[in-house]
Amino acid sequence: MAEIRLDGVRHRYGRSDDALKGIDLTWEDGGAYALLGPSGCGKTTMLNIISGLLTPTEGRILFDGVDVTGASTVERNIAQVFQFPVLYESMTVEQNMRFPLRNRGIDKREAQARAEEVAELLEIGHLLKERAKGLSADAKQLVSLSRALVRRDVSAILFDEPLTVIDPQKKWTLRQALKRVHSELNHTLVYVTHDQTEALTFADTVVVMDQGEVVQKGTPDELFERPAHTFVGNFIGSPGMNFIDCAVRGGVVGFGGVDLLRLPSSVSPDHEPGDVIGIRPDFVRCAPLDRSGPAGLEAEVGAVRDIGTAHLVELLVGDAGLVARIPPGEHVPSGRCTVLMDGDDVHFFRHGVRVEGSSSVVGTGGAR
Amino acid sequence: MSDPSKPHNNKAWFLVLPVVASVAFTAIIPLVIVVNYSVQDIFGPGNRVFVGGEWFRNILNDSSIRDSFWRTIRFSLQVLAIQIPLGIAIGLAMPKRGWRASMALVLMALPLLIPFNVVGTIWQIFARADIGLGGYVVNDLLGITYNYSQNPRDAWFTVLLMDTWHWTPLVALLVYAGLRSIPDAYYRAATIDGARRLAIFRYIELPRLRGVLTIAVLLRFMDSFMIYTEPFVLTGGGPGNTTNFLSISLTKIAIGQFDLGRAAAYSLVYFFFIQLFCFIFYTAMKRQEV
Amino acid sequence: MLELVGIEKVVDVEPWLTSVDLVLERGLNVLAGPTLAGKTTLMRIAAGLDTPTAGSVVANGEDVTRRSVRDRDVAFVYQEFVNYPSMTVFENIASPLRRRERLSSSELRQRVGEAAELLALGPYLDRRPDELSGGQQQRVAIARALVRETSLLILDEPLANLDYKLREELREELNRIFVERDSVVIYSTSEPVEALTLGGRTVVMHEGAILQVGPAVEAYHRPATSQVARVFSDPPMNLLRCAVRHGSIVLPGGIEVPRPGHLVGVDDTEVILGLRPHLITVADPDGGALEVGGELLLAELTGSATYLHVRSGESGSLIAELPGVHSHSIGEHLHLYIRPESLYAFAADDGRLLASPDQAVLSGG
Repeated sequence: MAEIRLDGVRHRYGRSDDALKGIDLTWEDGGAYALLGPSGCGKTTMLNIISGLLTPTEGRILFDGVDVTGASTVERNIAQVFQFPVLYESMTVEQNMRFPLRNRGIDKREAQARAEEVAELLEIGHLLKERAKGLSADAKQLVSLSRALVRRDVSAILFDEPLTVIDPQKKWTLRQALKRVHSELNHTLVYVTHDQTEALTFADTVVVMDQGEVVQKGTPDELFERPAHTFVGNFIGSPGMNFIDCAVRGGVVGFGGVDLLRLPSSVSPDHEPGDVIGIRPDFVRCAPLDRSGPAGLEAEVGAVRDIGTAHLVELLVGDAGLVARIPPGEHVPSGRCTVLMDGDDVHFFRHGVRVEGSSSVVGTGGAR
Repeated sequence: MSDPSKPHNNKAWFLVLPVVASVAFTAIIPLVIVVNYSVQDIFGPGNRVFVGGEWFRNILNDSSIRDSFWRTIRFSLQVLAIQIPLGIAIGLAMPKRGWRASMALVLMALPLLIPFNVVGTIWQIFARADIGLGGYVVNDLLGITYNYSQNPRDAWFTVLLMDTWHWTPLVALLVYAGLRSIPDAYYRAATIDGARRLAIFRYIELPRLRGVLTIAVLLRFMDSFMIYTEPFVLTGGGPGNTTNFLSISLTKIAIGQFDLGRAAAYSLVYFFFIQLFCFIFYTAMKRQEV
Repeated sequence: MLELVGIEKVVDVEPWLTSVDLVLERGLNVLAGPTLAGKTTLMRIAAGLDTPTAGSVVANGEDVTRRSVRDRDVAFVYQEFVNYPSMTVFENIASPLRRRERLSSSELRQRVGEAAELLALGPYLDRRPDELSGGQQQRVAIARALVRETSLLILDEPLANLDYKLREELREELNRIFVERDSVVIYSTSEPVEALTLGGRTVVMHEGAILQVGPAVEAYHRPATSQVARVFSDPPMNLLRCAVRHGSIVLPGGIEVPRPGHLVGVDDTEVILGLRPHLITVADPDGGALEVGGELLLAELTGSATYLHVRSGESGSLIAELPGVHSHSIGEHLHLYIRPESLYAFAADDGRLLASPDQAVLSGG
């Protein structure tokens, strides 16, 4: 187990643009991390740099303060679980699990004890004597994982989209196993994926990447409630966050004639190009037009779709479009309606980055 | 399954006809002719006598044919014992990418592209003790007495060497293709598990090469068991009977002695053994896989 | 119109499709079901890529069961991005037109342009598929299928290999595109939410059989059987075996709950109660809900919702869906609240729907 630090890591393939644009990042010892981003964002490059498969063009990798930039995977003592199960098919499950120990000269009795311990943790004890070849995909993936766990001394375990080939119905049992592994063994775990559910479920801390840069590092709640970047607001959540052009005058952010946020004094109080506000569809509410109360925004209702667990409602305020997600039991509008949003759920983004420290001016009586 | 509600369409049979016809011409009719010959003694055109199973009895009791049979078996087994491991070794050593990979592929494919009788001719000249470069090197530079046309051991060795030169590339190419299909993740996982080169071969490469190796063993066994052209050109079966393989002795009976009935029976027995060995090899290797 | 009559498909004595009768109308028809439901097999038979073991395929009154796909008017989009790698995007989209129709080059350019426009491929017409992202490659494949107005258009899980964000975007667009088509469109998906977003007629399939046909919302809110409720729902509906007695329902742990209004008509017998994960709450502001305590097995965070897998002594394992992202630690003790008005009732023997909650409870006013 080790703390992994990336110090100014930059990587370029051939003459193309930087795949990683100077990254400083620390993975703390014993943490469960996810590295989340769309395909091509640089997460696989980052994974290969951590595992030692790639040497970065610039920068250093430190394991517990020791520079390992030039060291191989084996020297770094990293274990990895791949997209599809990788096992020794001619061996039994138990032989598979003992293999890494056998190669390191650990005696058979100790290896066996260790294999049984790990098998119990992963709940695959009943498979120990089976041939690895005949197992189902999820069992195979657990065996691949078990080979990483039998060694007590690994500095970190890397996961590269490990649930890709698993049946959707069985995914949750594997997620459960991974959670158990983390709470019992306290390894440093890094999980690379493009899927928000995988990342948020697995990790205590999620690192979101886009175009070779880290755009946010935070807990799942933070990514959902306080996305640091418009990219994160859109990427996390289904549907993603609404982004609407807004007016900024005298440090006050308004939309459709309603003042929503007061900007902190640290930022310019005047409108700049690209200023937007963001609100999650989950926090937009609708009320009949005649409702009295705080000033609302009047909207024209577009398409309304029942997706079973909620209604998705398209709203047009002036020429700005936004989507509301209305849960069962609440008002589903038609024709025209009043849009309600709470200033606490509204975020102000300048140049794509969320401005911290804005305060709500007046709620229009939103979801919370 | 016959379902009355299903429309029956006999037109489909017409579509199969061309295949049946071509198989009949290429396989069934020749085979029937051979079977027909094998139960007759043929003295000349229009002069033949039905002899029943006489030729088969004759063939199976003929000690020189039996010697040929064991000689051919011995040859095939030696071919497998040399060419399979050697092919694997070459396949493993071949460069994986870049211009070196292309060059290795071309070099490997070269012997396979040379016609069989040319291979025989090349080696016949190359290995000659008097004028061949190979023969010269062994005799005069290394000081080892070597003459394939006189010495039985040298003749056997030369045929074996020639076949190895000619066909090991096939095994190597099959192995190479098999190796290329192993995903990189397997090697990485093995490295992470601390496996050494030998363990990687034993637990990753070999299990995943089983399919291509089955094909390689089958092909090499069949081809070597039926080998004809190259030793015929090189040694003509000699010296003595040293390299007189089944195919060579068959040709001697059929063409040399024009003993068509006996040759036909010989062919059928030969054919039967090839089928039998293929079946045994194939089932044995399939069973291992399960 | 395409009719599938008594279709059976047996492969190596294993039944892949069992007595499928289905009428596919002009417009969007969505086949929804988990893997191995028989969706692909059914589509291949409908397209003429495969023949059924029994039964027939009737297109506009004509039996085409054994007619080869080449002689039919079909376009097919696969889960994998299938394009001609050596051709440009323009040539890829133009290829079905070149093969089937004789067009002047200006007409060709116009038709390709329209299809490219529809899928936002305008700027990429000169590129080759391998220079495009996965989402764009699949757009090319879809544009190629749309460029000819075929009478049958089949899409076999076209979005399955894409990132979820791209999947969301394309779903929205496809919805719009299919509405304007004048052909029979068959679209398969393993995700209920995809069927619900696309709308159209939904055919719920499971293990080679059709379970329910109708609008997606109908299949979701009024599942014909408990099987549909599990299959056509992500996460699946919670099902509990209970007894119904006089005025109350007896839950597995022996807890009695007064029978809510919509279950009054259900006979006194054993039933399977169904409970939508998103109608379970962790608080009970109004009172009157049933409280179930349990231990948290796993909290799955989907980005805008949290699925709690809870083991409860009395009811076995339950899944609750909460809006928003909430961190919980495994093993934590939780209280879940179930409103009796939100319960479905299915027959214990054949699983048919006996009663469903009122519309207001399910979707809101």
